[in-house]
Amino acid sequence: MSLLSVENLTASYGVSQALFGVDLSIEEGQVVALMGRNGMGKSTTVKSICRMIASQGVLNFGGTDLHAQPSHRVARLGIGLVPEGRRCFRDLTVYENLIASARPGEWTEDTIGDLFPRLTERRQQRARSLSGGEQQMLAIGRALMTNPKLLILDEATEGLAPIIRQEIWAAIKRIKRDSGVAILLVDKSLKELSKVSDRAVILERGKTAWSGNITDLTKEISEKFVGV
Amino acid sequence: MIQERYLNALVLFGLIAVPLYAMATEELFTITLATRAVILALAAVGLNLALGLGGLVSFGHATFFGIGGYTMGVLAYHAQTYTALDLGLFTIEGTKSMPIIWLVAIILSSLVAVVIGMLSLRTSGVYFIMITLAFGQMFFFFTISWAAYGGEDGLSIYVRNGFPGLNTLVPIQFYGICFVILCAVLFLNARLAKSPFGLALNAARQTPMRTQTVGLDPTRLKLVAFVISGAITGLAGALFADLNRFVSPTMFSWQFSGEIMLFIILGGVGRLFGPVIGAVIFVTLEHFLGEITDFWHIYLGVILVIIVLFARGGIVGLLSGRGGGHD
Repeated sequence: MSLLSVENLTASYGVSQALFGVDLSIEEGQVVALMGRNGMGKSTTVKSICRMIASQGVLNFGGTDLHAQPSHRVARLGIGLVPEGRRCFRDLTVYENLIASARPGEWTEDTIGDLFPRLTERRQQRARSLSGGEQQMLAIGRALMTNPKLLILDEATEGLAPIIRQEIWAAIKRIKRDSGVAILLVDKSLKELSKVSDRAVILERGKTAWSGNITDLTKEISEKFVGV
Repeated sequence: MIQERYLNALVLFGLIAVPLYAMATEELFTITLATRAVILALAAVGLNLALGLGGLVSFGHATFFGIGGYTMGVLAYHAQTYTALDLGLFTIEGTKSMPIIWLVAIILSSLVAVVIGMLSLRTSGVYFIMITLAFGQMFFFFTISWAAYGGEDGLSIYVRNGFPGLNTLVPIQFYGICFVILCAVLFLNARLAKSPFGLALNAARQTPMRTQTVGLDPTRLKLVAFVISGAITGLAGALFADLNRFVSPTMFSWQFSGEIMLFIILGGVGRLFGPVIGAVIFVTLEHFLGEITDFWHIYLGVILVIIVLFARGGIVGLLSGRGGGHD
């Protein structure tokens, strides 16, 4: 059985329907890239999985129907989200951001410090005083501190300097290599996604247009649906 | 700028030194004034937990203050009249024991805070303010019509309740009790603010939705904070009633809810000693300006406007920098 199973997922913002039937599944320890042009429903799919917006269809995580769960319970079941725009707790220090949501498991302040040494250097600094890249590292660290079974990264490298993006991608590869956590990656960098992902799901107008192994993703398909 | 911890130490030193000096010079009224300041500070420290950490602008915290006060009043009244308190299914005896009264005040305040919190936290913003205010007014009008315990005129208690090993009628001893309780609650607040619960509550105040995505339930966090906050304010109410040996519906008034909020804004929202500094300033102004004019609130209003406009971190923020506080 898949760790996460999404079938025929539909969602709306008021009267405006955003998802028309998204299908995707993630196995344990697998990295799946969720791709598509802007406005195709990637972030809405993520919000639906995390129960931040109402949706219909099958939404099953480890045998639990997510539709029956409030947002905080979804996280407690083992879905860690790194939201678009980072959204760290600005008035808390790096250390406080990490321990505020910590749950027992392999990810601790020390292992996060190994992954992002910059966070250890800025341990007592308030999140609001960090650079964008450091805030992104903190957002990833905060999500990992919940010791999730599935980590969702929504546009984790968006708007960051190239050198910081490299650091983030290196960290994602290390998370994949060193831990059994499954990852759902929403990003626009096909080059990096193809290096780290096992599978890809492409959304087009709120529906799954293509899914398969990342190695099967041809240039024609990516040009047609992703534009690169 | 002075580091916040030194400022806090200075305030604590003042709260020890002034009553001791007053005792040495036999200015007993100053001790009573200091006791009043400490008790009001305790009430505000309670509210600061909900307002400062949780961002809950409760305009009904007088409810808990009044419940604490009436707990003391009712129990002591039955003790002094040697009558039992008839609760329908059973009766209980009155008591003059402070620890028992405090315990009952804390339990009752907490229970009421659970109910008010569960209903109020379904709302936010101005609706939260209004619903907490409405609960306060409900209790206010209930006590006005509660003829058995004095109704609008309130209830006088002719003795001060007792504390084992102390003579609570000696002003400095009663002050000592209140001061130790304030210190204990400040210590608890400081520990709570840095605990995972306090950090999660702080996070829930900043971004409730993001808090949920890391597995924390902001409503539950805020409810727990509201209940602890109500319990502390209830305890302050019981002490205040003991200080005055009198309880009246004004303990439930919205003006009092506003006053304790004012202490926090004056001192600094979310700052550990903010409410203490605010309460001390309020009581000092009330006493000294009150001797000059009945309209001393005008001057207080001017000070408040200046603080809000030019020192948004309150007096603690003005002296120690913005630090951990917030608007």
